[in-house]
Amino acid sequence: MKHRTLGFAYLALSTAALLAGTTLSLLMRLHLAWPDWPLPLHGPILPEEYLGLVTLHGTLMLFFVLTIAPLWGFGSLILPAQIGSRRMAFPKLNSAAFWLLTASLLIVCASPFVPGGTAISGWTAYPPLSAVASAGPGQGLGMDLWLASIALFSLATCMAAVNMLTTIVCLRCDGMAWHRLPLTVWGWFTASLLSLPSFAVLLAALVLLFCDRHLHTGFFLPATLVVNGIVTHSPADGSPLLWLHLFWFFGHPEVYIAVLPGMGLVSMVLANFARRRVFAYRLMIAVMVLIGGIGILVWGHHMFVAGLSPFAGSAFAISSMAIAVPASAEVLSWIATVWGSRARLTTSMLFALGFVSLFITGGLTGPILAQPILDQYLHNTFFVVAHFHLIMAMAGVFGLYLATYYWFPLIASRTLNERLGKIHFWLTIFFAYSTFLPMHITGLAGEPRHYAQLTGIIGPSGTLLSSTMPLQRHITVSALCLALAQIPFFINLWITLRSPATSASNPWDATTMEWAPNAFSEDPAAPEPTTHVAPCEYSLDGETFHPQWQPVTQPNQPE
Amino acid sequence: MTHFFQSHGFLVASIWPLPTDAAAHGPALDAQLLLNLWIGLALLALAHILVIVGLAKRRTHTPPRRQALIEFLPLAALAILFAFLATRAEALWETARYTGPSRSALQVEVVGMQFAWYFRYPGPDATFGVAKPELVAPGEGNPVGIDPTDPHSADDFVSSQLVLPAGREVDLRLHSQDVIHGFSVPQMRLKQNAVPGQDIHIHFTPTIPGDYAILCTQLCGLGHYRMTATLRVLPEAAFEVWLTQHSKSGAR
Amino acid sequence: MPTIFTPPQVDPRRKPDHSHDPGEGDHGSGRRPPIDKRTGGSDNGDGDNENWNDRPVGSRGPRERLSQTRIGIASALAGDMMFFIAIISAFFVTKGSGQINHYGEYVNTWHPTVIPTILRLNTAVLVLSSVTAEIARRSMFRENDAMDEWIGLGKPISRRAAIWLSATLALGIAFLAGQWIAWRQLAAEHVYFASNASSHFFYIITVAHAVHLFLGLVALVAALLSLRASRQFATRQIWVDTTVWYWHAMGGLWIFLFILLEFFQ
Repeated sequence: MKHRTLGFAYLALSTAALLAGTTLSLLMRLHLAWPDWPLPLHGPILPEEYLGLVTLHGTLMLFFVLTIAPLWGFGSLILPAQIGSRRMAFPKLNSAAFWLLTASLLIVCASPFVPGGTAISGWTAYPPLSAVASAGPGQGLGMDLWLASIALFSLATCMAAVNMLTTIVCLRCDGMAWHRLPLTVWGWFTASLLSLPSFAVLLAALVLLFCDRHLHTGFFLPATLVVNGIVTHSPADGSPLLWLHLFWFFGHPEVYIAVLPGMGLVSMVLANFARRRVFAYRLMIAVMVLIGGIGILVWGHHMFVAGLSPFAGSAFAISSMAIAVPASAEVLSWIATVWGSRARLTTSMLFALGFVSLFITGGLTGPILAQPILDQYLHNTFFVVAHFHLIMAMAGVFGLYLATYYWFPLIASRTLNERLGKIHFWLTIFFAYSTFLPMHITGLAGEPRHYAQLTGIIGPSGTLLSSTMPLQRHITVSALCLALAQIPFFINLWITLRSPATSASNPWDATTMEWAPNAFSEDPAAPEPTTHVAPCEYSLDGETFHPQWQPVTQPNQPE
Repeated sequence: MTHFFQSHGFLVASIWPLPTDAAAHGPALDAQLLLNLWIGLALLALAHILVIVGLAKRRTHTPPRRQALIEFLPLAALAILFAFLATRAEALWETARYTGPSRSALQVEVVGMQFAWYFRYPGPDATFGVAKPELVAPGEGNPVGIDPTDPHSADDFVSSQLVLPAGREVDLRLHSQDVIHGFSVPQMRLKQNAVPGQDIHIHFTPTIPGDYAILCTQLCGLGHYRMTATLRVLPEAAFEVWLTQHSKSGAR
Repeated sequence: MPTIFTPPQVDPRRKPDHSHDPGEGDHGSGRRPPIDKRTGGSDNGDGDNENWNDRPVGSRGPRERLSQTRIGIASALAGDMMFFIAIISAFFVTKGSGQINHYGEYVNTWHPTVIPTILRLNTAVLVLSSVTAEIARRSMFRENDAMDEWIGLGKPISRRAAIWLSATLALGIAFLAGQWIAWRQLAAEHVYFASNASSHFFYIITVAHAVHLFLGLVALVAALLSLRASRQFATRQIWVDTTVWYWHAMGGLWIFLFILLEFFQ
């Protein structure tokens, strides 16, 4: 398949996963706020069903939305044009990856319908819960389907990463030097580079877990377990901590994979509408690669209270705190880029600023969680849930919306309606904060994660848990409003796609190569793109700009 | 600064959603947490103000000031701030975790299983008897699997409530029978996973008598949300009474 | 609207940027034209890509396709190595860790698996197969004959390479057969996959490697087929080159794994 078609295909896959994942999260919220509420045609949500919702929600959102859409979806669509190429390196490999990902999604979505239901061990699948089928409903066939799905996903991701890496390394056009690559491409590059080792390690862990489940091994199972009154012996004295190490070695880079492309795009879009160069461009390249590099060394901060030696905890605390420095550099660059720029506040620009805001808010709770003594209180509370939803889920989704609004003229020859776009933006950011900020408070009050119910429990525990109920109801209502706030976006899509195509080829006066006149041409006789200058070449007053594809001797383009 | 937060603790505790703090190490932890939260809030406000002001500011046609001022100075300041917070946190972590409990600490074994916590006291001989998984029988009154043939088992007794004396250090030995459970006492600012196959120790000193919540904080199955227990902290004398009562009735 | 472009202030820390001067090349920029020194490069010393306009539009030269495929297989192998590194680190962690038994004692129950001696023969066979594979690969790039075959004067190279590739295939099959024998020997001593911790790792490591090697056999067969069927000489070169590099990686990996299993249990 052509990379453009594949890009749309990946995005369609992610959109399906996004719609499903959002529905699941709304069901979770409704159940938490009103535990007796019966789901129509189903009845009240049982605890194991709630945990199945949790598992599927995490899996769909993290894997199928945030790993596919920013990276392979928009990457396949836009990356080749941005580096001045008309093709990707291995189109067949890219296609194969897509079909594997489709199979993967279908398999995991089939798990609610099999005997036992969905797996209930969360997206992190800690053994022995995930290794022993009798440890819970859904841990039999449901867990096997989850395993198969994620194994296929890992394989597909490695394939797509090989394609993207080779494309960036080999297919840059004449003049597209490494320091002229847009930061978006650097984001894709770093994310692909991270994908390979992390998903390979996940695949290894999944293979070992499969062996424990079906081939009577004991990689992760200690010598003796008593599950449901039945004593099971493992032939080897395995440790569940081994899974945690392997999984989080994958799991932490995974969240950077999810957010790095967005960070790169935000830098470029801020520069575009601020009519400025990205502040400290080359430093930003180094910062992005550094975030990727340090990101491989911080996985232990998910395990501070998991049974690690306290010395290891200290080591991971230092590396986790260290990663706050390049992240802060990135934020400083964004602020400096828009400072005193009188930027054009289009919808894309607003979403980019929204990304910055969410990144700051979500990111500032990171150093708090990186201190083991504080994590001793906050681990697995809703404080952590607030942290990653703000910085990864919301910022990531804002990145996707940003990409859609920004590149819509390129992929559909029309510009999305600005007024509807602004309504969409303001509603979304308001309800995003309204939903996730209170979670910090419930987390500080001690509300744990993965609880199917906060009411009806006796004793001081019950008092502590139910004290958060008023906020729970607020969060649920806010989440529903957040979901409804996406309606203007879909209306916008609908009416824009039905309107006639416009001929404006570069409505944002962008400088990067994908906006060049023949960037997507399929005519073999069309001249090859050439890059002449770095991106974001704007005059000091912002009035004129020099796109990357324009030869230096020609006069500049006015706005 | 710790002193400020500690002395104004009751004020702050009523504003912030943190539950009451009843452990010896708690106030220092709370002080660090509150410091972090205030700094985070301040940085959040500052960053957003900078963005909004920056967007509103008129565009200048002169090139920006020296890059070092704008990029490296704030970055250095932030790096120093993060290092400062990390160092303070590290000191607290060392105190809590690097060294073991004192020799006079009360020993209690915490056993987690799907979906309950049991607490075993070693009795006057201060030694836990051997416990075997094959002997686990909650229905028979032996949820932990104590081996009756071991001489040290005679004075061990198991309780569903964790009862501790105020003001005395306790060393908890965490075990799990089946899956990973998370032993958490929010009001003692304490959390540690119990991993099957591992023997994990944590120690702390409860200070204020009362009834506190024990929660499971690591997803362990369908009953995860109701795997709760009560920590009851009694004054020293009352604890001795409780202990004698249980030793008599629970001893085999 | 002013059309004169005012360059932003040059940052004094950086060297003056010459890329705006017309005609001045960007040294080390973009794609360096693939210079085949043996056939005489077309680089006029300035490194710039300016004389690429007479390159046929839309076609990628054989050299670019080859380097793309090499980079692709290199990235894929990097990921693959991480897969094995994960298993190997699990090996070391499991080997070195113990558990606390009922009596409160810290016990390490690692019993090394004695590996069958046939594994040494298998290692030698695999090394030999890498030698034959490399001969096959190099013969695809020998200049004079390559030019002949590229023009279409017979297929001397492909025939020679096919012979050496077939030898590699045979040796690869022999290696897998030898691994199978080793597993049978262990099974005869009642050491199975699920027997104990060290046997877990012995089997998972050797089976994972064998699976990868089997994929290498499939690739060899595909390369042999392409030598017969592919019309473009460049395609044949790429098939053989990629397969052989993969084969070498699996061979090198095996040596590392063998040393691990033999000496580090």
